[in-house]
Amino acid sequence: MLTMIGKRLMFAIPSLIGVVIVTFLLTRALPGDPAAYFAGPAATKEAVEQIRKKLGLDKPLIEQFFRYANDLAHGDFGNSLTTGQPVAAEIRNRLPASAELTLLGLIVSVAIAIPLGVLAATRPGSWIDHLCRVTTTAGVSLPVFFTGLVLVYVFYFQLGWSPAPLGRLDVFYSAPPTVTGFYLVDTLIARDFEAFRSALSQLILPATTLAIFSLAPIARMTRASMLAVLASEFVRTARASGLSPSTVIVTYAFRNAMLPVITTLSMVFSFLLGANVLVEKVFAWPGIGSYAVEALISSDFAPVQGFVLTMAVMYVLLNLVIDILYGVIDPRVRLEG
Amino acid sequence: MQRRDFLKSVSGLAAAALPGVPQIISSAHADARSETLLIVSEGGPNNLDIHGVGTNVPGYEVSWNCYDRLISHEMKTGPGGVPYYDRDKFKGELAEDFKVDDMSVTFKLHKNAKFHDGAPVTAKDVKWSLDRAVSVGGFPTFQMSAGSLTKPEQFVVIDDYTVRVDFLKKDRLTVPDLAVIVPCIVNSELVKKNSSEKDPWGLEFTKQQTAGSGAYKVTKWTAGTEVIMERNEDWVCGPLPKIRRVIWRMVPQAGNRRALLERGDADISYELPNKDFQEMKANGKLNVVSLPFSNGIQYIGMNVTRPPFDNPKIRQAVAYALPYQKIMDAVMFGLANPMFGAAKDKPTEVAWPQPHKYNTDIDKAKALMAEAGLSGGLETTISFDLNFAGVNEPLCVLVQESLAQIGIKTTINKVPGANWRTELNKKEMPLFTNVFSGWLDYPEYFFYWCYHGNNSVFNTMSYKSAEMDRLIDGARTAAATGDTATYDADVKGFVDLAYTDIPRIPLYQPFVNVAMQKNISGYQYWFHRRLDYRAMAKG
Repeated sequence: MLTMIGKRLMFAIPSLIGVVIVTFLLTRALPGDPAAYFAGPAATKEAVEQIRKKLGLDKPLIEQFFRYANDLAHGDFGNSLTTGQPVAAEIRNRLPASAELTLLGLIVSVAIAIPLGVLAATRPGSWIDHLCRVTTTAGVSLPVFFTGLVLVYVFYFQLGWSPAPLGRLDVFYSAPPTVTGFYLVDTLIARDFEAFRSALSQLILPATTLAIFSLAPIARMTRASMLAVLASEFVRTARASGLSPSTVIVTYAFRNAMLPVITTLSMVFSFLLGANVLVEKVFAWPGIGSYAVEALISSDFAPVQGFVLTMAVMYVLLNLVIDILYGVIDPRVRLEG
Repeated sequence: MQRRDFLKSVSGLAAAALPGVPQIISSAHADARSETLLIVSEGGPNNLDIHGVGTNVPGYEVSWNCYDRLISHEMKTGPGGVPYYDRDKFKGELAEDFKVDDMSVTFKLHKNAKFHDGAPVTAKDVKWSLDRAVSVGGFPTFQMSAGSLTKPEQFVVIDDYTVRVDFLKKDRLTVPDLAVIVPCIVNSELVKKNSSEKDPWGLEFTKQQTAGSGAYKVTKWTAGTEVIMERNEDWVCGPLPKIRRVIWRMVPQAGNRRALLERGDADISYELPNKDFQEMKANGKLNVVSLPFSNGIQYIGMNVTRPPFDNPKIRQAVAYALPYQKIMDAVMFGLANPMFGAAKDKPTEVAWPQPHKYNTDIDKAKALMAEAGLSGGLETTISFDLNFAGVNEPLCVLVQESLAQIGIKTTINKVPGANWRTELNKKEMPLFTNVFSGWLDYPEYFFYWCYHGNNSVFNTMSYKSAEMDRLIDGARTAAATGDTATYDADVKGFVDLAYTDIPRIPLYQPFVNVAMQKNISGYQYWFHRRLDYRAMAKG
């Protein structure tokens, strides 16, 4: 197992180096001159030049790159110009917000999609199969920002059930002391149940938005793979041997149908991180998605590079976890690995 | 903080007397709310110090409220009864008294003024801060130079509580320039302690925290998320503000900001689409204040250095072809002052901005095109800044439609916000729309930046005219020496010339719109168009 993890991590190194080079070049190729942008509306040419010098943008590209790589090696992601903070600190503060939201969205989605998919597969053509089809189609065809805005409009503006979409906590609560960065966990550690409730109620709408969006692939994949497995010979044998339908479906069929679902989950998780960008905008969520977009709009190189790099590292880790999970679910994969 | 502690202390109680808890909590909520101002806006500060590198406009608001200046403006009653800063009347802020002489101005400081850390504000802090403003480079230094404040030698310490500012030359903008946001007084000892050889002015330190003597201090700042400011209980430069705490949250979605206001969760917001402001004004649930930008105009500019717009006839044709009223109705929803269609016989005033006499008249425009020998038409591009797409995009579409009627085919070029200034600086765009507004509200200030042949970045048309330069320079000198007759003649002269040569066509004077709950009072209009919390009250 450890050799496999080590090997996988080794393979990740060239791709990370590639990511560093590509993001560096891409951000430099962006239109827009950060010096002119940050010199302000009333700047003269000299003022722009002064800023350019301060930012080190007057140096040749290759020198800029080596300085950047050197800083990275020392764990320094540079400073964001729009927010004025070190990028590493910002990402550290903001990543838990995004991760908490994405994970909760994914959990809600899985909790609905997998039973729905299994039920739809066991009763193809029934009303539950149609329900599955309709919900997934509707979920995937509504853009996240739209679902988000509709939810805010209905549950906050019209009904008043949901708290104001003002980020992770009600304005008059203070954040719990950081342990994990996940407010749901940290408030419980701090035994601050008021804040826990506030954090949870703030999470419900954005997590639901993400869940609605990600229902489709999970439910469809569960259904398809369950159908395939249910039609296979070992299931027929199990049924013929007189095992109860629940044993057949849960123990035999479901475990075998899990592999493609896990693969889909990893994919869904990664595109949820992308969809997050819009959801964070709608709900004023202080995550890394909105951070990266704002940086991009103002040609702020450092956060964009930091964001892409963080994402790359997360994908590498995610893929690793998925591979390990394969091994747990299906011993055959372990042998090959 | 206090609320949290309070809640913790009652959490034991909560177990014993569950039914009572919701009441306790909501009354605590109510107390916190009544002394707290909750502001929601799209963007937040990127730097708490206006002297910093690339401090953005929301950062100005923090500086304005957390730092003091030597002097500030008096208030007068503006349009619609809203308090409006008085351009011509100054009052002391950190200075309890000041005296303007022929070639200098002397300030006597409040003896009991203290910085947030308790250190007294003295003349050496004033000198250090003004030295810093003229030395750090970039925007602050540029702004200081607009009032002929360029050299540290101009700032002289007389004694611990007296400072003199010497004039380089007679310039009527020098004193007003000491009342803008930039010449704020910084805690020099504290900042020096936290500076380094690489950063002699301690910009890295003041970027993250406020080191001033102002009425508020930043207690928490999460960039891109929120700023929390608490009242400075020891502030002596004015009456103690009524708002104890300001929470400023960034809410990127305009629709959500409106929902927050209408549900009564947020107290105040600006930066909403004009349509929203207009609807909110109509339904009357909130107070909406709309006031014209002082010294600001949205215009259509034309590059006069190359064909086709080097020909004044073509420029006049464009001026007759623009759909002014449609833009006012469909883009601005009436929230702007028209800058077009003045009566034919209306004499030019000694004022700026003032409307020009062009109106939408397609026949006249066609005739002018024919006169210029271009009745066959021409093709060009019209550019705008995507950062303000909400206004710029529909505006350009209307202009495109209208120009097509006189044979000018335009392609719309959307320039990303980050790139806009670079493009302006290049001065290559043939046709574009933009806004300019000056902090200092004087016609010659506007014209100096926008029409003078020294070709500043705001002379986006690359307009050069010896006559124009003579008039602008004449007005500046006349203003400095108090020669009213020459001043009036020169101002009228350059306005007339700008409207006959018409290198840029004013469309309207935009409004700054602020929506707030009915129980919020004390909003004041300032030249910087940001909020001054010191005068505001709730309930």
